[in-house]
Amino acid sequence: MAALRNFLLLCWRVFARPSVHFSLGFLTLGGFVAGVMFWGGFNTVLEATNKEAFCIGCHEMRDNPYEELKQTIHFTNRSGVRATCPDCHVPHNWTDKIARKMQASKEVWGKIFGTIDTREKFVGMRRELAEHEWKRLKENNSLECRNCHSAESMDITRQAPRAANMHQTYLFTGQNTCIDCHKGIAHRLPDMHGVDPGWSMKTSAK
Amino acid sequence: MKTRFLIAALAFLAAAPALVTGVIAADGPPPASGPAYQGPKVSSGPHPITLDVQAESTTREIVDDVKRVRNYADQPPLIPHAIRDYQIDLNINKCLTCHDRRNVEGSQAPMVSVTHFQDRDGQTLGTVSARRYFCTQCHVPQTDAKPIVGNSFRDFDAVLGTAGKEGGH
Repeated sequence: MAALRNFLLLCWRVFARPSVHFSLGFLTLGGFVAGVMFWGGFNTVLEATNKEAFCIGCHEMRDNPYEELKQTIHFTNRSGVRATCPDCHVPHNWTDKIARKMQASKEVWGKIFGTIDTREKFVGMRRELAEHEWKRLKENNSLECRNCHSAESMDITRQAPRAANMHQTYLFTGQNTCIDCHKGIAHRLPDMHGVDPGWSMKTSAK
Repeated sequence: MKTRFLIAALAFLAAAPALVTGVIAADGPPPASGPAYQGPKVSSGPHPITLDVQAESTTREIVDDVKRVRNYADQPPLIPHAIRDYQIDLNINKCLTCHDRRNVEGSQAPMVSVTHFQDRDGQTLGTVSARRYFCTQCHVPQTDAKPIVGNSFRDFDAVLGTAGKEGGH
């Protein structure tokens, strides 16, 4: 214990004492360059983990949600615009993104211990995993949907009357948010017992 | 020992013609094609797999939300909207999220008829009967495809000659 204390004290003394061998210019410029390199490296790695190729680098994501996505309109459609995994599952705003990345350490844990490393395990956990995403999207008012689909740009005269009516009733009034009605838009749904569709929800809290 | 060899040789001799003809038949030219195909004309219909044939243009779904006439009273109504990616399985029936009794107030969709609540013994249940759960067994969307087979169906009114009359009867 005393040895550890002495070692920490030594470190602090070295850290707190003015430099003897290095000039102020070297330390300032060196610190600046090191900072640039650190930040650049950090950002590059962060961006790399925000690519679909990274997400489907693991068989859990490649064989389950990605395969399901490929059949849906968010992957294949008339205009050829598509959503990638991070478009919906990683917040674009920096602080939210970092917060989500810290949460994702749980997913690294899951990967290491094989929480969903078979189809059966994945299907078994699907409801729980889906609920996490529903909760996140409900709390941020479906921000990741709205990064592409804005209510302002939505021309309801170009929609089927049924859809236009629903959007006027529930979306434009702020009564519901996208995810309340559009669950399962990009992946297969889990057992939905006890989950009412948005238009049948008794609550109107956003 | 000698007898055994003899039997084996005889068996081989007996089998040889069959083997030889089999090999020749497999190597020979394909049988001449029969008369021209007479059945209904289907998109990219019967043609040799080695022949590249232009695919016919695809058809568009009818998604105008307009109810279609039923050709007879108990015809399952057609689906006039897109049902792409609608999940109907043990987890969820996407159709019923609008058409179920509990959900029609919010969705303003037509409710499934009472027949869907009856089991095969005619008992009316509280929810949709298991035998009526798989909607697309009977209810289907339509496309603007031209019929590939002619159809001489006439509905009840046309047969009785009462079409167009007041009330249809």
